[in-house]
Amino acid sequence: MEETREQSFNQSGCNVHVIETEKYKTNTVIVKMRAPLEQDKITMRALLPHVLQSGTENAPSATAFRSVLDELYGAHFFADSAKRGNEHVLTFTIDVANEKFLHGESNLFDQALTIMSDVLFRPYLQESAFSEQTMKQEKRSLQQRIRSIYDDKTRYASMKLVEEMYKGDSYALPAGGLLKEVEPITAVSLYDYYKKTLAEDMIDIFVIGNVKAADAAAKIESHLPFKKRKAILKENHHSHKTEEVRVIHETQDINQGKLNIGCRTSITYADPQFTAMQVFNGVFGGFAHSKLFMNVREKESLAYYAASRFDSHKGFLMMLAGIDQKNYDKTVQIMNEQLDEVKNGHISDLEMDQTKALLKNQLQESADTARGMVEVLYNNIAAGVDRPIGKWIEEIDAVTKEEVSAVAKTVVVDTVYFLSGKEEA
Amino acid sequence: MKKTNFDQMNETVYHEQMENGLNAYILPKAGFNKTYVTFTTNYGSIDNDFIPEGETDFLHVPDGIAHFLEHKMFEKEDGDVFQKFSSQGASANAFTSFTRTAYLFSATSNIKENTETLLDFVQAPYFTEQTVEKEKGIIGQEIRMYDDNPDWRVYFGLIENLYKHHPVKIDIAGTVESIADITKDYLYTCYETFYHPANMSLFIVGPVDPDEMMSLVRQNQSGKTFAEPKSVERRFPNEPAQSAEKHRAIHMSVNTPKCEVGLKMPASLKTGTEKLKEELAAGLLLEILFGKSAAFYEKSYSEGLIDDTFGFDYTGERGFSFALVGGDTDEPEKLAERIKAQLLEAKDGKNITDESFNRARKKKIGAQLRAFNSPEYIANQFTRYQFNGLNLFETVPVLETMAIEDVIGLAEKMIQEESFSSCFILPKETA
Repeated sequence: MEETREQSFNQSGCNVHVIETEKYKTNTVIVKMRAPLEQDKITMRALLPHVLQSGTENAPSATAFRSVLDELYGAHFFADSAKRGNEHVLTFTIDVANEKFLHGESNLFDQALTIMSDVLFRPYLQESAFSEQTMKQEKRSLQQRIRSIYDDKTRYASMKLVEEMYKGDSYALPAGGLLKEVEPITAVSLYDYYKKTLAEDMIDIFVIGNVKAADAAAKIESHLPFKKRKAILKENHHSHKTEEVRVIHETQDINQGKLNIGCRTSITYADPQFTAMQVFNGVFGGFAHSKLFMNVREKESLAYYAASRFDSHKGFLMMLAGIDQKNYDKTVQIMNEQLDEVKNGHISDLEMDQTKALLKNQLQESADTARGMVEVLYNNIAAGVDRPIGKWIEEIDAVTKEEVSAVAKTVVVDTVYFLSGKEEA
Repeated sequence: MKKTNFDQMNETVYHEQMENGLNAYILPKAGFNKTYVTFTTNYGSIDNDFIPEGETDFLHVPDGIAHFLEHKMFEKEDGDVFQKFSSQGASANAFTSFTRTAYLFSATSNIKENTETLLDFVQAPYFTEQTVEKEKGIIGQEIRMYDDNPDWRVYFGLIENLYKHHPVKIDIAGTVESIADITKDYLYTCYETFYHPANMSLFIVGPVDPDEMMSLVRQNQSGKTFAEPKSVERRFPNEPAQSAEKHRAIHMSVNTPKCEVGLKMPASLKTGTEKLKEELAAGLLLEILFGKSAAFYEKSYSEGLIDDTFGFDYTGERGFSFALVGGDTDEPEKLAERIKAQLLEAKDGKNITDESFNRARKKKIGAQLRAFNSPEYIANQFTRYQFNGLNLFETVPVLETMAIEDVIGLAEKMIQEESFSSCFILPKETA
């Protein structure tokens, strides 16, 4: 595999990373803004990207803004907020057609940069604050979005588990904000917060496409002139010792029970044992050959989905399955048994080979999308780790069964959360 | 092997029809790591009434059988094919739609082995009573998972409202009751009828050598024997223009109500470029009327009637087509009325302006270019277009030649008041 490496440029208030490639028919700019997760900020951070997209000085309404994008051959503008361990990351993306595939167009990339610049630096204001009308609409939309998490039961169950398991830790906060915190936000308070974010967040900008690196970096510097800032010190949240497993059972009027079991491990992305942990998750529940899928689904027909997910930025591992309520005890038992199997080193050569082959495949595939490349780069940048894809693959190859079983022993079951229907007749 | 260049898109497609009738396509993508391969049969959930291979009378099969068959293809006498793909570093999957069943993998290594595994496993069925019974528990959980999903429920609730007879109204996975009737014999019957190579298509996209890959496919296929290709006789009931039900409300454990409005359209009689134009015109019409830069969106959003879940979708497949518009709302009745009014006014050409047409067309062209970044999109959509007698690579050039009259003409013809229906998801009253 040929590895595409980025060229990085340190600018006064941000770092710019450019990947030159002719693979795509579009060019992409991604701005990432990172700050600690905080209870009194998270809801404003969830709201801010939506308010910024609702109008700029040059396009003073959401409709005007969307029209500018449509005219630019449907340039795709996308903003969201996500948790990254105990940090909160705002991501702004613009993706625009490469004019070489169109008849008689030029400078689409420059126009896209102007739009990104308008959104971040020249929002539509009234009396030195965001517009009241925009605030009203976007607060309402945010409330609706937060309420609707309840409607997606699989997502709701995962969110509740994290909320219960990490009480007192900022990781428990939902990336999309807290319902009760939406109403008090005002046009002035959000505008003040916006200025603070712009001045203080850690900022990384990525450019991917058919561009010249130095040229693109110079354009970023003039379009996105972030001011000099201090580095944010990372807080270290140590996971507390679990005395005994907590069990939480909630009922709603639904058909299928959603079982989510939360576990802690001290190993995170920045640790040398991270790749062993990744292989562990693959052997245990990441794939269709994994122990959870084979035993819960294929052997016992208990579930359609049965898997494990690992959030490496926190050291949080979740097992999950959708089951009939009556099979709760049996499923929990099988899941615990399978975890013990890995801890006791009962891992076959085949399981190791399959897991490594698929992990390597995933990594190589991620380099085929602009977004995938940026995620890999950003994880390394934000964690202060040097693990480019090539090196990462070598590390995966070198993982042994003993290492997998050793990292498995760090995994401790903490909280069992079960969302089920009312008693079955 | 025939080579076709699509200059504007800077892509080349290689095609060969194998002696057994299989259509194989290769699109080399330089610079990509991943190769993505789909093996698709022109057979989906709507094909439930047909003359089985080797027989003379029509047979009606249980609901959900195409999807059930897709699940069961992966299990073989010596174990699960997923295991083999995993060992070869490939991530495998499959899906069943109204009109297609696709088997696929993506991989960055062992491309030849994986392609052979894909061809071989789909062309060697192995069903036993025991494995069929075991699958009923798994698919039962899949069905129950969808039963709790309000987006799926409103989608299928609306299609059930629109169609009186056509099998598009049947949930692709069937029901817990209908899959209880599935047997290994039914599976073999469906397999023998619809999995003939002449009814299938292979699409390979990735950093591959087309000569080498095509010769691998040729060799693999010539080593197997199949019956003479013949077209399958399928039967579909006549569907009236009128929607089956005007409205339904489904109560679920949710916070936010949902509203979807559907419009049943007459199945297209056109073919080739004309049919492509019709499909593109339908997409443009919805974008003009309901897109984020439309006056409708601005008004409804600023009033708090819709949020950013609001959207629209046009489906045009073999024998049926419909449009859906809607999203989350606190006032489903009001939103439904407004969507209907907007569509009915468009029948007279209202809100379809040169400005909005040009903007929608530009947006669509850009979206097509972006979609060509994705090997998954290319393989899946190329196959869908091919089964419908269309060419995916014509979309951008055809869009560039389209005029506002194409959209106005379609609106006038396709929008009929009797063909509307609406479906709501409402929060369950707490006892």
